[in-house]
Amino acid sequence: MEYFVQQLVNGLTLGSIYGMIAIGYTMVYGIIGMINFAHGDIFMLGGFAALIVFLALTSLFAGIPVVLALLIMMIVAMIMASLWNWTIERVAYRPLRGSFRLAPLITAIGMSIALSNFIQVTQGPRNKPIPPLVSSVYNIAGISISLKQIIIILITAILLSVFWYIVHRTPLGRAQRATEQDRKMAALLGIDVDRTISVTFIMGAALAAVAGTMYLMYYGVVVFTDGFIPGVKAFTAAVLGGIGSLPGAVLGGLLIGLIESLWSAYFTIDYKDVATFSILAIVLIFKPSGILGRPEVEKV
Amino acid sequence: MTPILQVKAVETYYGNIRALAGVDVEVQKGEIVCLIGANGAGKSTLMMTICGSPQARTGQILFEGRDITRMPTHEIARLRIAQSPEGRRIFPRMTVYENLQMGASLDNLKYFDEDVEKMFTLFPRLKERQSQRGGTLSGGEQQMLSIARALMARPKLLLLDEPSLGLAPLIVKGIFEAIRKLNETEGLTVFLVEQNAFAALKLSHRAYVMVNGQVTMTGGGRELLANPEVRAAYLEGGRH
Repeated sequence: MEYFVQQLVNGLTLGSIYGMIAIGYTMVYGIIGMINFAHGDIFMLGGFAALIVFLALTSLFAGIPVVLALLIMMIVAMIMASLWNWTIERVAYRPLRGSFRLAPLITAIGMSIALSNFIQVTQGPRNKPIPPLVSSVYNIAGISISLKQIIIILITAILLSVFWYIVHRTPLGRAQRATEQDRKMAALLGIDVDRTISVTFIMGAALAAVAGTMYLMYYGVVVFTDGFIPGVKAFTAAVLGGIGSLPGAVLGGLLIGLIESLWSAYFTIDYKDVATFSILAIVLIFKPSGILGRPEVEKV
Repeated sequence: MTPILQVKAVETYYGNIRALAGVDVEVQKGEIVCLIGANGAGKSTLMMTICGSPQARTGQILFEGRDITRMPTHEIARLRIAQSPEGRRIFPRMTVYENLQMGASLDNLKYFDEDVEKMFTLFPRLKERQSQRGGTLSGGEQQMLSIARALMARPKLLLLDEPSLGLAPLIVKGIFEAIRKLNETEGLTVFLVEQNAFAALKLSHRAYVMVNGQVTMTGGGRELLANPEVRAAYLEGGRH
């Protein structure tokens, strides 16, 4: 029983990270109907930004409080990743808007490769380790929960609440939802659609950067290929939860995190990805729009 | 006096197909002007061209004397041209209330509370349905919502594309009455497209008849109503 709960905690932590990345996929898909394949690399880039800030901070101010360091890492990573994603949308996707659907998709794959190669060339191809930032572990009724895990789950919960508030309760969020549902009508009501789309890319990137920082803190290492596997997993999470749905992305992320850690705990770890994607396939067979994907019942 | 809206020799294309073939239309401040014509004549295209979506390929559109032909749609909207477009285009997964909020986004909801009450008086049905999703409304309710949403922007010029479409005759009467009242009491300028030519011509100060992307006839509303050609083409047999 303790072992099971232990795996549950591990799964939730991992799932939180996936969920934060998945939101970026699902939002961009919702608003312009394309999969931003470069999003995983934006996550990786956020991890690298955090790494660089960490190295700079520890060499400039030895003995800086960890909380402060983490906060600065997170903020700088958010700014950097947002800037990158904004630029990518501006130069690579916007000119292709209104062209055939495959064009931005292929461009996105290109951007993904370009980003990871850029990091490979500028930062080197090797694993970049950092010393453990937070190492406290608490023992509660036989289950060990590390402070790292608590931080990740807490930050995810806070950010998702903020995010939910923005999307559902602010004029910006309303403009985003309107643009998602009918771009032309939003423009007729005075909404600057291009700007709204840019903001969506920025918001998605900021969350991915937080995920990147958390990933770096959790595993203590980042490498230029890290955009790929977590990116694909998060994309899978978005599809599993129902692409276009925000709660779906979070739910999908948590599910994938749980499936992975429970599978690794009770079966062979080598097959954890097989298990994840098999479950995706099974869900999609019975519910093609994903778990929380909206059934199309609109009146015309 | 310069007209509030001037459309000069406008041509609009969908790909290589010419939908508007040199259209000239003028709307004076405080007028109700109506555009009638058969299906596919280009009426809705003209409405959308005024809002810059699609943009006119040639010709000029002036609003309060200012050239808006090449302006992006959202900037045209910010000049207070509001449209209730063809197909109503309600945001289906937003509530009625949120749809109305979207209409008032130009002023950041500054006059929202006051205006929304006005809309609920004008269309009590919307008040009952305010927390329901737009996509679940009936066609008629969506039509009301679409008009109300356009009015929430406090427009200087209101463009209505077939406000009577899909509505019961009694509700049509109510909507036309509401338009007349807004025009008389608040001086709202209205440019509307209608299939329901009889009611529209009675309501309008002036009217244009459009055939195959061109304006073929123009005159006072009641004048056209009496015109035998118009009667034969748009009124006889279609009288509601």
